[in-house]
Amino acid sequence: MSKSAARSGQGVVEYMQHHLTNLCAGACDPRTHHATGFLSVHVDTLFFAALAAVAFMLIAWRVRRALDPDSPGTLQNIVEMVVEFVSKQVEDTVPGASPVIASLALTLLIWVWFMNLFDLLPIDLVPWLGGLIGIHYVRPVPTSDINTGLGLSLTVFALILYYNIKVKGLFGYLKQFLFHPFGRFLIPVNIVMSLIEELSKPLSLALRLFGNMFAGELVFMLIALIGGAAAVGLGLLIWLPAQIALDLAWEIFHLLVVSLQAFIFMVLTIVYLGMAHTGE
Amino acid sequence: MHIDLTLVGQMIAFGLLVWFVHKVLLGPMQTMLSARQKRIADGLAAGERGKHELELAHQRAAEVLRTAKATAERIVTEAERHRARVIEEAGAQAKAEGERWLAAARAEFDQEVRRTKEGLRAQVGRLALAGAEKILRQEVDRTVHAKLLAQLESSL
Repeated sequence: MSKSAARSGQGVVEYMQHHLTNLCAGACDPRTHHATGFLSVHVDTLFFAALAAVAFMLIAWRVRRALDPDSPGTLQNIVEMVVEFVSKQVEDTVPGASPVIASLALTLLIWVWFMNLFDLLPIDLVPWLGGLIGIHYVRPVPTSDINTGLGLSLTVFALILYYNIKVKGLFGYLKQFLFHPFGRFLIPVNIVMSLIEELSKPLSLALRLFGNMFAGELVFMLIALIGGAAAVGLGLLIWLPAQIALDLAWEIFHLLVVSLQAFIFMVLTIVYLGMAHTGE
Repeated sequence: MHIDLTLVGQMIAFGLLVWFVHKVLLGPMQTMLSARQKRIADGLAAGERGKHELELAHQRAAEVLRTAKATAERIVTEAERHRARVIEEAGAQAKAEGERWLAAARAEFDQEVRRTKEGLRAQVGRLALAGAEKILRQEVDRTVHAKLLAQLESSL
């Protein structure tokens, strides 16, 4: 796994920077390959996100086609379980919610989980495969790109605003900014506090997911560097097993993190939308 | 951390995916799940109703059985009483009949005895008369002693 770094003779920093560089298209710096402005696109992020989405859509489509209320197959059973689980979460938190919220929550859970799962692929596998077809910068985990987390959380934020205004009315929602949380005598403080409270929702959603996945990726890189640093020689006899053991341990632990982050993203989204539905 | 058009792309993809999931997976599945839930609830309710009806039928059967038993018992008692009465009546009747027969027989017997006595008396009278006549033919005139003879005959 660490061979590419060792083989190419690049330094550790260069190795890691290489792994943390997206495949940029559009307004990109030709040297660092980083986006220089807003008018660029991370092709790898979009590609792998779409891959995860297509996998989810295929499952959904297959279940839909063979939907059988009397003798459900294995796949339908699993999907039914997940759907019921998510629906119950939504129903418990946002009673009488629009069915779209359940769809939103289910999509978040599965899509984010699928995108996170790319993190469990060997860290060098996808960049190496990309190198074979002439693509030199690939990051296969869409959720370790802040654009993904922020894209999801801003969409959720838009829905939070929509439901706040729909349920409380525009005036009712603005009143919340004025008189919450300290009552009518501290209106300026209230406005600042409420603004921070509202804006922290999408930000914390996005940053939590991004931070966890980014950190996970970093640890995988560091583990991959153990054997790479030993290069060739007798040291490899010690460092390679250590690397394998650590990698396995982190993979198993990360399996939990990956699932947990998807779950947390969904639950917090439901909670925020539930808060948008209730008054004060 | 470079924020760029990828963000917009992800938002669009997210929106489309939610729409797809809602149309293809969640909508139909929730319809199916609620239909199934309703069917199960209906089945359970029907089962409960059946159980209830069975219980009622059991109760009704027990009721009918109890009534039948009571009726049968009453009939048996009635029959028992009837039998006793019949036997008693028959006994009394037989006794009365016997007594009547006995009385009749006794009466007949008495009558027979009386008749025989009468006959005998008459015969004895006649015999005595004949004897007396025979005697008196020798010594008494029938016409003279007729009064005496009649007196004699009546005192026999």
